[in-house]
Amino acid sequence: MEIIDILLAASFWEAAIRIATPLIFGVLGALVCERAGVLNLGIEGIFTAGAMAGWMAVWLGAGLWGGVLVAALAGGFFGLIHAILTVPLGLSQHVSGIGVTLLATSLSYFTYRTALPDVSSPPRIIPFQPLDIPILSDLPFIGQALFSQTAMTMLALVLVFVTGWVLYRTPLGLAIRAVGDNPSSVEAQGLSVYGLRIGAVVVGSAMMALGGAFLTMSAFDAFFFGMINGRGWVCIALTVFASWRPGKALIGALLFGAFDAFQVRLQTEVGAFFPSQVFLMMPYILSIIALIVVARKADYPKALLVPWFKGQR
Amino acid sequence: MSSAAHSSHKTSPELLLQLAGITKKFGPLIANDAIDLKVHKGEIVALLGENGAGKTTLMNILFGHYVADEGTVTVTNRDGNLEQLEPGAPQAALDAGIGMVHQHFTLAENLSGLDNIVLGTEPIFRLRRDRTAARAKLADLMSGSGLNVDLDQPVHKLTVGEKQRVEILKALYRDARLLVLDEPTAVLTPQEADSLFVILRQLAATGLSVIIIAHKLAEVLAVSHRIAVLRGGKKVGEMQTSDADHRSIAELMVGREVPVSRRTERVPGAPVLRLSDVTIDRGDARRSLHGVNLTACEGEILGIAGVSGNGQAALAQLLAGLDKPDSGIVEIFEAIVTKFDAHKFAQNGIARIPEDRHHDGMVGSMSVAENIAIEDVRSKDYQKFGFLDFAAIRKRAEQAIKDYDVRCPGPGAPARLLSGGNIQKLILARVLEKSPKLILANQPSRGLDVGAQSEVHRRLLEARQNGAAVILISEDLDELLTISDQIVVIHAGHVSKAIPTDAIDRSELGLMMAGQTKTYTQQAQTSNTIRQGETP
Amino acid sequence: MIRFEPRSNPGPILVYGVPVFAAVFAILLAAIPLALAGAPIMDAYGLMITGAFGSVFSTSEMLTRATPLILTGLAAAIAFRAKLWNIGAEGQLYMGAMAAVVVGTGVIDGPSWVMIPVIMIAGALAGALMLIGPTLLKTRMGVDEVVTTLLLNFIVLLFVQMMLEGALKDPMSMGWPQSEPIIDSAILPPLLERMRVHLGLIIALVAASGLAVFVKRTVWGFEIRAVGENAAAAKFSGISVTKTMILVAALSGGLAGLAGVSEVAGTRGYLATDLSPGYGYAGIVVAMLARLSPVGVIISALFVASVFVGADSMSRAIGVSSYLADLIVAMSLLCVLIGGFLTRFKVRFDRRKTAG
Repeated sequence: MEIIDILLAASFWEAAIRIATPLIFGVLGALVCERAGVLNLGIEGIFTAGAMAGWMAVWLGAGLWGGVLVAALAGGFFGLIHAILTVPLGLSQHVSGIGVTLLATSLSYFTYRTALPDVSSPPRIIPFQPLDIPILSDLPFIGQALFSQTAMTMLALVLVFVTGWVLYRTPLGLAIRAVGDNPSSVEAQGLSVYGLRIGAVVVGSAMMALGGAFLTMSAFDAFFFGMINGRGWVCIALTVFASWRPGKALIGALLFGAFDAFQVRLQTEVGAFFPSQVFLMMPYILSIIALIVVARKADYPKALLVPWFKGQR
Repeated sequence: MSSAAHSSHKTSPELLLQLAGITKKFGPLIANDAIDLKVHKGEIVALLGENGAGKTTLMNILFGHYVADEGTVTVTNRDGNLEQLEPGAPQAALDAGIGMVHQHFTLAENLSGLDNIVLGTEPIFRLRRDRTAARAKLADLMSGSGLNVDLDQPVHKLTVGEKQRVEILKALYRDARLLVLDEPTAVLTPQEADSLFVILRQLAATGLSVIIIAHKLAEVLAVSHRIAVLRGGKKVGEMQTSDADHRSIAELMVGREVPVSRRTERVPGAPVLRLSDVTIDRGDARRSLHGVNLTACEGEILGIAGVSGNGQAALAQLLAGLDKPDSGIVEIFEAIVTKFDAHKFAQNGIARIPEDRHHDGMVGSMSVAENIAIEDVRSKDYQKFGFLDFAAIRKRAEQAIKDYDVRCPGPGAPARLLSGGNIQKLILARVLEKSPKLILANQPSRGLDVGAQSEVHRRLLEARQNGAAVILISEDLDELLTISDQIVVIHAGHVSKAIPTDAIDRSELGLMMAGQTKTYTQQAQTSNTIRQGETP
Repeated sequence: MIRFEPRSNPGPILVYGVPVFAAVFAILLAAIPLALAGAPIMDAYGLMITGAFGSVFSTSEMLTRATPLILTGLAAAIAFRAKLWNIGAEGQLYMGAMAAVVVGTGVIDGPSWVMIPVIMIAGALAGALMLIGPTLLKTRMGVDEVVTTLLLNFIVLLFVQMMLEGALKDPMSMGWPQSEPIIDSAILPPLLERMRVHLGLIIALVAASGLAVFVKRTVWGFEIRAVGENAAAAKFSGISVTKTMILVAALSGGLAGLAGVSEVAGTRGYLATDLSPGYGYAGIVVAMLARLSPVGVIISALFVASVFVGADSMSRAIGVSSYLADLIVAMSLLCVLIGGFLTRFKVRFDRRKTAG
């Protein structure tokens, strides 16, 4: 009975969508990179960089949307590093990704510490506020669950649609899907394999960074060390779960958000019987289970992880 | 077919393409040495040569995949003026109306045929795709040329022949004026090849120029107007097909008399391998066998003929010990095999030569010596107190390098430095040294030059002479007919009865490979004598 | 136009010189953030060097840092050799440490020559099991081990936290989530009087040389190299890829587990959730800098440790954030990656002939 009550509460779905938002950005970004054939394990660091850079820009007075732009640029920058290492140079996507994560994380921490050497409690910004759309926000249930989210959540939802449209309805998307399937097919038709792959990784990384920015500019109002806490890796797992499709990515992220919101509420009900860590572990365990469930039928982009060199057929 | 006279064809005066003095070096290797070639409108030019003669390199330069060290490529542009093609730019070649069909197709397998054809032809930053115009144009092209394919199927669901059609359509859709086909028949049955040739003649009649790269003489005579012969990177001859004479072209191509390995008489002994009703179902034709019966005896080479992807891979996996049958019985050395294990197979006198020697045959970064010993490192001969005995490994390698003439810097050199032919020698040294009683040779001479090819044949015949049973899987009919004692045909996972090589009719074999004659198997035994009488 | 031409056989200068060059280059690159932070650059470098090598004490500190890095570096090196992408050394380290605490805090007791091997075996086993799970998921079901091992790091850390607040909590810790101390007989003794460098360093060095011999000279090592370089060919020749992968997982996880044992029984004396400042991740950098050579791991671990210790002491002296150390380590990983590329390819700049 209590469980039903939880699931029917608008506040529960509001929380689920909020928790899902950074994951939506992250999964979409990872999906764009992987569709072009590049695994981007820099995601965890790019989240951190987006969170720090976006927050820092706002704190320095760039305005909230200025912060979003700065975060995207920071993500694109680290994406470019990963793209150069893995696309024209063809280096190990695993190791390069880990390298980018280490670099982006340490650079973000270093920059934050250098800019704010002696703060004991982190300074705060005024984050994105819940939208108050006339009529829509006043609708029962859905008004609170969906239309009282912040503008960044709306951006994430729009991005799902845009990514899907670009991938499946435009020549560019066709080329991206082709380059992740067989790069030679793209080269033979006179398109640039490197151009497409580098572009996809840069844009995908910028999208990932928005996930980080959401955390410091919408969900919270400050930057903390270790605040990403594996969200990036969760996105990599969700991308497989979503079979590299934007629509399924949205569903995966929402399911994940719902589960996370649910366990938080469950914790208040039955928390006395289990240590809090059991609940905190759930997202990670859930990600692993999601991977196992889809592993057998996962239809990886054929050229994922396979470097391609010009003049190679 | 092959005797069709092309004398009626007059060389069209309108020049389309001119290659002048093309030279390309890869390190010390001169792949192309000052090659000149002209192609006119509506003309089919065959570029003939052995493997490694430089045909593919030349075409890759034309198409902008490689940049020539010297020489120029000139194309008559659509306004009728000669224009030099920008080197190293596939886009420039495409724009000039040059379309290439590679030997390995460049198709994205998960996309539909239509997607593959349209890819790259529309402005890339457009908000949506319009397919109606594309469909109309392709429908025209298909009805005009006979290149019929279901364009909405994902490419991985198409047959090899259909994929090739998609490749040709790709070029035609871009208004190609010159179509380059690299070994187009390598993956086709003789009948599919014939229908391709009909289509090509038809296209040429409408003004398309075609360059067809080939190494099989008969095909070239059947389809082309003009023949250019390459050898060792040089153009060694050029003639109108109508004036061409079989024997002189063959000599031009090979340059020297190649000793052809011929079987000597040998009476087969006891059965070594017997498959009874073996079925492997993997849901995919390449990797499935259906109720296969097969016997190979001591001192016999049993050829497995078939178009690529008809279950050869499944048979090879099975005999390599890498897969086990779903049902049926496999007997080797007159004992029923219960444990399919590559290690066991290798240790018990079964020599296995993999299809893809680079991918499955060697570990590139390990030394030549380690690669020769790789199957046997667990044996006592190469261990001392649990540690590898490198002296023993090296000793065997030195012996093998000498006996099999493996050209390499030394036993300690990484195997990746070896050429294809020498890698194959290394593999032969690894498996044949142990005097195997059963040999699985999967495409053992594919991609090798003539010398290395005949070396492989010599080794296999030698093993046969010493009493081994050899299973020879090959897509090269000439190879099968030269060295097999008997041939079976594999099609869609089904295997025909064995036919003695001397009783085989080539065209009938082609029909069997295409799955056309199921009755042939029964007739084979009885009609041997008649058929022998028929062949001139 | 820039072209890359493969080198068939890079010479030894290139092979050994590149990692050194990459490391030096990364340190030089650190001048940029130092300058942006407004620090005196030359002084900062000087402080870093004296911080790591300036005295017996600082060198001992550096060696103490290097000890777990050698072990996690070896863990990454052996796994990456076999193309098993174990990014979970951090979690394996904590599991190893926890196993050492479980058996080493008084449940059993005995002389040191019994207790030290006992906690080492317990830790290595725990670490090994942590990696065998994801490895089986990879070989049996095709689940990507990168993501599973990464996620397990978070799960393990939460699990350790839970145990430290529960079953393993030290009743004398006055509320801090930490374990009971390791009993004296299981403590890895210091190598020098009043210094922190301990027996773990010797264990790490023995492990590195043992692994070098194992990989190069044993049948199993042969099979690991074959599977790592070309799994298809190894399989074709009769080597069991699954068995080899599990062996690699046991070795790699075991070595990471040993790093945990060494930290908990050598450096700390008890288990807490801040036992490792990312030794598992740094191990990846150590392994890559060493080009996956076990002996090279010793040298690159010393380098990474001196960067950490040096930067710590410099940061205390002139107030630059000690995250500079992480930054240098990350940059050296990327530099060595690019350097590795340059050993495999020649870079050619060629000018296209212009038409006409």
